[in-house]
Amino acid sequence: MESLSFDLANTTVRALNAELHDPSVKSYEVLHPDGAHAVAAGIDSGIAVEVRGHVGYYCAGMNDGGTVTVHGNAGTGLAENMMSGTVRIAGDASQSAGATAHGGLLVIEGSASMRCGISMKGVDIVVGGSVGPMSAFMAQAGRMVVCGDAGDGLGDSIYEARLYVRGRVGELGADCVEKELRDEHRAELAELLAAAGLDHDVADFRRYGSARQLYHFQPGQGRY
Amino acid sequence: MPRESATFGRDVIAEIQRAAETGVYDIRGWGAKRAVPHFDDLLFLGASMSRYPLEGYRERCDTDVVLGDRNARYPLHLQTPVTIAGMSFGALSAQAKEALGRGASEVGTSTTTGDGGMTPEERGESKHLVYQYLPSRYGMNPADLRKADAIEVVLGQGAKPGGGGMLLGQKISDRVAGMRTLPAGIDQRSACRHPDWTGPDDLAIKILELREITDWEKPVYVKVGATRTYYDVKLAVAAGADVVVVDGMQGGTAATQDVFIEHVGIPTLAAIPQAARALQELGLHRHGVQLIVSGGIRSGADVAKAMALGADAVAIGTAALIALGDNSPRYAAEYEALGSAAGSYDDFQDGRDPAGITTQDPELAARLDPVEGGRRLANYLRVLTMEAQTIARACGKAHLRHLEPEDLVALTVEAAAMARVPLAGTDWIPGTGDAAQRSSTRGSGHHA
Ligand SMILES: Cc1cc2nc3c(=O)[nH]c(=O)nc-3n(C[C@H](O)[C@H](O)[C@H](O)COP(=O)(O)O)c2cc1C
Repeated sequence: MESLSFDLANTTVRALNAELHDPSVKSYEVLHPDGAHAVAAGIDSGIAVEVRGHVGYYCAGMNDGGTVTVHGNAGTGLAENMMSGTVRIAGDASQSAGATAHGGLLVIEGSASMRCGISMKGVDIVVGGSVGPMSAFMAQAGRMVVCGDAGDGLGDSIYEARLYVRGRVGELGADCVEKELRDEHRAELAELLAAAGLDHDVADFRRYGSARQLYHFQPGQGRY
Repeated sequence: MPRESATFGRDVIAEIQRAAETGVYDIRGWGAKRAVPHFDDLLFLGASMSRYPLEGYRERCDTDVVLGDRNARYPLHLQTPVTIAGMSFGALSAQAKEALGRGASEVGTSTTTGDGGMTPEERGESKHLVYQYLPSRYGMNPADLRKADAIEVVLGQGAKPGGGGMLLGQKISDRVAGMRTLPAGIDQRSACRHPDWTGPDDLAIKILELREITDWEKPVYVKVGATRTYYDVKLAVAAGADVVVVDGMQGGTAATQDVFIEHVGIPTLAAIPQAARALQELGLHRHGVQLIVSGGIRSGADVAKAMALGADAVAIGTAALIALGDNSPRYAAEYEALGSAAGSYDDFQDGRDPAGITTQDPELAARLDPVEGGRRLANYLRVLTMEAQTIARACGKAHLRHLEPEDLVALTVEAAAMARVPLAGTDWIPGTGDAAQRSSTRGSGHHA
């Protein structure tokens, strides 16, 4: 058999995930997720999963190598702590999409809510629409591309992650500053947009990153 | 005679002078150093006419404990209820982590990772390893999660409830930086809130996700700093915790603001009865959900008292480091050179630990031999266990778990009120209503 289908209207998430952790085929389809939590969480091989409908919290959580596509919207913590692989969502994502993720590519074709990319540790995140406030909070490493706008507090307490935003940016977070967009940045931006399948002129983006002023506790700094 | 001020004592004056000089608050390790009501303020009654003791060497007094049998396929089965608390690689050297694993494994108990991920050394040497899931998620990855024997979701620590971790630049070596995905040498603050959940309803879904990822094999602990313990324990259980870890304000830390350590949180003694009551009301105390208590556990008497008040197991941090060699008189001259002394060294944040435990300096760290350290820790854990057994037998208990509040009295009014046991020689538990109600809630029936 080439592909297996799980209908969550009459199968449990437990049965689905147990199969995905010990896969007998290479590709899967999930029907009627209806907001279920932890759908396709903990994949650790190169399987492909197509989810047809909306998912709840932590869809594709800790994904390590899988390709998960959601044809719908996602709740909190989409692809949280992803290690590798690709997670793509056709709709919008709720809070903390891509939180703490170490690697892989997360594509949100719609918009993402607050705290997108919070504490990201190496993942690439591409958002077709906008991201909410406090996105890329304490972002440690990796790259985030926002084709729409970014809310207030972008990149607060950011470390070494690189942020690209095409639209308006609210008030920047502490220690986050606009930086020069050089050729190497245009090149990586073009690559990320191509990987996400989005077509925008890289010249329309601005780059943000850390001023590195909070890296050492100093008298008078007021924010340690 | 010049008179010193009780309000502005020498230590207070020195701190004002230090603050005026530097403009930065004091960050240090260890736990609260002020005196608070503690296990020393409790005594066991022991057996005599109305209770029957057990013979020291002949009659069994078991010490084993099963942790996390509510949902997990593989609960932990430990030979002693004294476990090693979470202390990060980063705060501690790799050798110290390995020594903790060796010592714990030798006596059949568990050790715990910390805010910096799992090292192969500690996994390799630890029979039972609890993997912490912290707000920072430094080094968190599903492969290590699957290698763990239990998962501990950390909401807070007794030394700093409401605060995140700190690790100063001098301890962020290349290896520590690599494991945490941070630039080497920076002063690092960990987040105090988890990045992808807020509140107990979310936590329930987070725990479900962790179980799904690990195929429902591993117990899930929830660790809280002691504050509103009664409510926190109820909410942790509602969120699905198999084990609740409550860490009192005396609990150790690797690096925290002194003002935080000394002024936030409640004493361990005050927290245990609240936690036990929460579990009792849920019908889960002593079966269903286990309670691990930490914060200032030093001796077998402390272990026995914590268990009598309702803990199923305890965890030790500071005492384990001392057993490895922390604050050893052997390094007296070096402690003094650092402006401290063997017996009061608390600059764990500083990375220059003469004993080679709270450091990432390769030369200092090499001073601790993990095999020798492990042996010392195992010895100490055996003593704690035997001391607790000695007390349990004297109280007529065939298992440490059978110790109960009825075995205890308090030496001070404060301790009686917090621990909810009577002041020694009286029938008085302050703050629990009239005497008749007291004796019925204590369930022993022999009070007047
Ligand atoms: C050096 C050191 C590092 C610690 N690191 C962590 C940590 O990473 N995560 C955590 O939850 N608690 C940490 N703690 C707190 C311990 O897990 C534990 O709650 C505390 O030490 C118990 O109190 P005790 O030291 O009085 O035994 C640390 C404590 C010390 C002394």
